[in-house]
Amino acid sequence: MTRKQRRLLAVVAGLSLFGASVAMVLAAFSSDLVFFYSPSGLIARDIAPGHRIRIGGIVERHTVVREDDGKTVAFRITDGKTNIAVTYTGILPDLFREGQGVVAEGELLPDGIFAASTILAKHDAKYMPPEVAEELKKTGHWTEGSVPAGRPYVMPAAVR
Amino acid sequence: MPMLTRLANPARFMRASSTALPWLGALATGVIAVGLVWGLVFAPPDYQQGESVRIMFVHVPSAWMAMSAYLFIAVASGVALVWRHPLADIAAQAAAPVGAGFTAVCLASGSLWGRPMWGAWWVWDARLTSVLVLFFLYLGYIALVNAFDDRTRGARAGSLLALVGVVNLPIIKFSVDWWNTLHQPASVLRLGAPTIALSMLLPLLVMALGFMLLFGWLVLLRMRAALNERKAHALRLYGQLAAGEPRLPMAPPVADVAARAALR
Amino acid sequence: MLHVTHWLAMGGYAEYVWSAYGVAALVLGGLAVHSWRWHRASSDVLDRLQHRTGRDE
Repeated sequence: MTRKQRRLLAVVAGLSLFGASVAMVLAAFSSDLVFFYSPSGLIARDIAPGHRIRIGGIVERHTVVREDDGKTVAFRITDGKTNIAVTYTGILPDLFREGQGVVAEGELLPDGIFAASTILAKHDAKYMPPEVAEELKKTGHWTEGSVPAGRPYVMPAAVR
Repeated sequence: MPMLTRLANPARFMRASSTALPWLGALATGVIAVGLVWGLVFAPPDYQQGESVRIMFVHVPSAWMAMSAYLFIAVASGVALVWRHPLADIAAQAAAPVGAGFTAVCLASGSLWGRPMWGAWWVWDARLTSVLVLFFLYLGYIALVNAFDDRTRGARAGSLLALVGVVNLPIIKFSVDWWNTLHQPASVLRLGAPTIALSMLLPLLVMALGFMLLFGWLVLLRMRAALNERKAHALRLYGQLAAGEPRLPMAPPVADVAARAALR
Repeated sequence: MLHVTHWLAMGGYAEYVWSAYGVAALVLGGLAVHSWRWHRASSDVLDRLQHRTGRDE
């Protein structure tokens, strides 16, 4: 083996080992690398009330209710299987909409309502001019918004 | 590949790059100008994001360049480590500040986009965090390369860091698929058709091409400058040797031999 | 004139859009100026040295 080949082998072997170990670490900590839980994931995890967490999903249609003070809003976050009632007082991000992705940060109250202190809107990764969106809706080619907010969260067996 | 090895000779590289330089510079400026006008004036607003979607035309191309530049540095570092080619080190070191710049633009423009749309300047989700790690990798690489008095040792340490850091690239790319993130998944570089209207995709691709040309121009400029400096350094050493002056205290004897070899 | 101010307003997102483009111009423009100056300065130094040592390549 020439010196060049030896160096090449050392670099390739070192990198593969390092890459494999990083992959294992990431797989092990996978559940902690998640930015939010889906409503189903939250129930499966049985989080104690008073714990600060984030939940994410779609703002369920026709559930958004604005209080008279103009700042408090109530709605439901759904992942298609389970939904959770959320209340929030404050300014909503511009992308907040019914049928769109959302992440709420806050705590679960004992009565099962999620009291959010921060609301983040999630974009559906679709970009188009307003006219095109109108046209799609008119011709019935509209697929509902909603590349769901990330993929539904699947609990790793270890945590379950 | 034969063309690459031909260009890998420093003297030949200097000649070829001096012809390419003005063309690349002019082309980069022209394409970016077209992309700017297209993106800021002619591209339509988004059905949900309104005019704020125009931030995409700097955010996305700079994100692509932040990752491509790192890949470029890693490949050059691998070549430098295995084949010990002097131009490979110079190329990697020339690209680092440029890549760091693109990463900074990506982070800043993303923050300015996230505030009105998501409702937050910054969140610690897997995508944003891994891009911040990329930025620190760039800074670490630059610091490491310059931390040694002996240039070859600095270059070797930097190359190792650059290669190790390459695991971060797939993490950035697939973070939005592997974990729940606030950042949305890919719209262009995905399996299946892009989820972005053509009237927005075209100016985006023009800007991406412009940023690529800009990267090429900047890297060539910096490589040439670094080569000029090394040659000047060798000439000075040669001048001192010829005049019978004692060697510079900092210069190891190897450098004198290298200096004579460079001038031969 | 009206549609220029309308365009500058960016549908209410002026500060975000123009700041993003401003940061990009500052960083990338700064890199371009730095690289250009470094290249010219290093060429000048090398030219002078080559002239003095009587070597032209």
